Amino acid sequence: MSYVVERPKLTLAERMYFPSILKGLSITFGHLFRFVTGKGKVTMSYPEEKWDDSLPEHYRGAPTLVTDEHGRERCVACQLCEFICPPRAITILPEPIPAGEAFAKVEKRPKAFEIDMIRCIYCGMCEEVCPEQAIFLRKDYAITGTSRAEMVHDKTRLYQLGGVREGLVNKWNPLK
Amino acid sequence: MDWFFIISSGVKIAVITFGIILPLVALSSLAERKVSAFIQDRIGPNRVGIPMTLLGGKKDIAFFGLVQPLADGLKFILKEDFTPKHVRKFYFWLAPALVLVPALLTVGVIPFGSTLKLLGHHVPLVIADLNIGPLFVFAISSLGVYGIVLAGWASNSKYPFLGGVRSSSQMISYEIALGLSVIPVLMIFQELNLGAIVRFQDKNGWLLLPLWGDGLSLQRWLLLVPLAISFVVFTVSIFAETNRMPFDLPECETELVAGYHTEYSSMKFALFFLGEYAAMIVGSGLIVTLFLGGWSIPFGDKIGLGFEAAQNTWWVGLLHLGCFLTKVVAFIFFFMWVRWTLPRFRFDQLMRLGWVFFFEIALFNVFLTALILMLVK
Amino acid sequence: MPSVLFYLFSAIMLGFGILVVALRNPVSSALSLAASFLGLAALFVSLGAFFIGVIQVLVYAGAVMVLFLFIIMLLDIQAEQRRKLNLPAVIGGSLLVLVFALQLATVLGDFPAGHRILNAAPLSPTAALEARRAAGTVHASIDQDLAAGKLPDVKLIGETLFSQYNFHLQIIGVLLLVATVGVIVISRREDKTAAPAEPSSPAPTPP
Ligand code: SF4
Ligand code: SF4
Repeated sequence: MSYVVERPKLTLAERMYFPSILKGLSITFGHLFRFVTGKGKVTMSYPEEKWDDSLPEHYRGAPTLVTDEHGRERCVACQLCEFICPPRAITILPEPIPAGEAFAKVEKRPKAFEIDMIRCIYCGMCEEVCPEQAIFLRKDYAITGTSRAEMVHDKTRLYQLGGVREGLVNKWNPLK
Repeated sequence: MDWFFIISSGVKIAVITFGIILPLVALSSLAERKVSAFIQDRIGPNRVGIPMTLLGGKKDIAFFGLVQPLADGLKFILKEDFTPKHVRKFYFWLAPALVLVPALLTVGVIPFGSTLKLLGHHVPLVIADLNIGPLFVFAISSLGVYGIVLAGWASNSKYPFLGGVRSSSQMISYEIALGLSVIPVLMIFQELNLGAIVRFQDKNGWLLLPLWGDGLSLQRWLLLVPLAISFVVFTVSIFAETNRMPFDLPECETELVAGYHTEYSSMKFALFFLGEYAAMIVGSGLIVTLFLGGWSIPFGDKIGLGFEAAQNTWWVGLLHLGCFLTKVVAFIFFFMWVRWTLPRFRFDQLMRLGWVFFFEIALFNVFLTALILMLVK
Repeated sequence: MPSVLFYLFSAIMLGFGILVVALRNPVSSALSLAASFLGLAALFVSLGAFFIGVIQVLVYAGAVMVLFLFIIMLLDIQAEQRRKLNLPAVIGGSLLVLVFALQLATVLGDFPAGHRILNAAPLSPTAALEARRAAGTVHASIDQDLAAGKLPDVKLIGETLFSQYNFHLQIIGVLLLVATVGVIVISRREDKTAAPAEPSSPAPTPP
């Protein structure tokens, strides 16, 4: 079915432009006046003022690796996150844990764990899929670097960002 | 023609161009961004200052970003001056100069102040005290369109070309409204010398504010009707002539990328930019001179700060200069305020406004003024 | 006026005038013509005829030539091919120029004011004022300027046009109007057959 869009009939005042122009001018001047008198809302000056304190709990920042309360790295190098990651940002090189070490019964751990932050799209799939709750998206959003190599987070950097997560994290816990 | 005249003219040219116009251009490019930011609830450029950290200091001095124009200028100079292969070289180089030069030339006839008493001489604060002031401004600024048309043509690609064509038709159309709307003003002054026009307003009240002197007559108050029409038509036409916002169709970025200066970069682009702002400043100066009393202080003649006072005391001359600059700056603010309020016109609307509406109303206005001048003494 | 400037502006005018014919690219020619007009305007100004000088710039350089340029660009006229020199045409042309120059020289030679140089006949506003008084023409603003020793050229031109030549002015105005109306009529008539009829109702928009 076709229908005709009715054009609104313009009144004389509207066709003369001037009343609407004056109205527009008064609106913009109102904003300017409120700014100059310091009453209006203004954008943040970014590096000095940050959103950090008001970031919500579920904020998805940079993905990081965490250790548990015993200092064990939680990741068991199952590589699920590597396979799920949509832009293939994660590269894992697993290694067996040699017998005799404290957590030898875990059997595997990542020898190298790299996340290419130029590729990462902060989707959170890795966190979702991890059976060990070893990988988490933290609140860091300002990931910068001056070279491509610097933007690839290696294992040390990931643990440094991630820190410790204590207790068994209930996966379906609304607060993570 | 004595030596004092020649030297003082040279000094005036240098001081007015490099001491007033170009700094004003630089500052208004900053002010434009600040005003736009304030209107949109932002802060605007506020970082560039004196980089004390580079010199070993602890903290930079930001100065509310007042040094921003300097940084912009440096950036323009340091950028690669790229000349595309397909352009017509000679005209491509000529065009930016042709935009800036007329804009700066028109400054010559605008009275920046009354007179300055210097070393026993009276120095009129206008570079060339011509008897044909407004006509000179129109004539020279109509040459500015060559720069834009040439830029569009020499760039040898479609968007600049369309921009150039638009600008020439826009400028020619609005020149008519501009010329016609100023006639009632000249009929009242019976004078084409801008200096004399301001002296008249100094004595008899500004055209739009006839509050003292002979301005308190019935005739002048009746004339406010045609003068208000003149003022609106003139101001809008100046907006169109300087390609400012509601009428910036020659460079409208949503349709034409950047219009006539699409292919330009670096300093050549900066010249277009400077030309546009210089034209805006001269336009404001002209409106202020014709309608808002130029350098004259309200009631200045009555409280001893008028033209005669400036003949004897040097600081009154400076006061007049300051008064003129204040008015011009206020009008430049108005330019910006309008720019950040109104959306762009469509090209057919623009042409209709110019030819069908302003042309007729300006013509009618001439007759109305003549009628009032004849009937009411 | 210092004669250096006279020669400079004459050189500009003549040089660009020659370029108008010599250059092959129509845009260059049009621009040269505009530059030549500017030189001419400068000459007028140096003679004290500010008004004519400025009108020269305003009308010819600022409006007519811009329209020319506009049309040349719109029609995209290409640069002419270089042709071989046509000897008879060159000779004929130079002869014509020579004859014309000779004619100018003789006419100017017979004209008494042609023998006087500008410095010998300076403008004298006071003398003009007395002449006007004697003739009985009064105009406050003009008389005031003349008394102050200034030359109110715009006002004088206006006065002459609207008193002495008023009738001619009106006739020219009507002529121009007729021409304008004629152009509009001609272009309108073509319009009627060529342009498609306006849609009577707004075109339906798909939902
Ligand atoms: S982070 Fe989790 S999903 Fe990824 S390899 Fe380690 S244990 Fe497996
Ligand atoms: S957040 Fe998404 S893109 Fe980033 S590493 Fe995890 S799965 Fe890959």
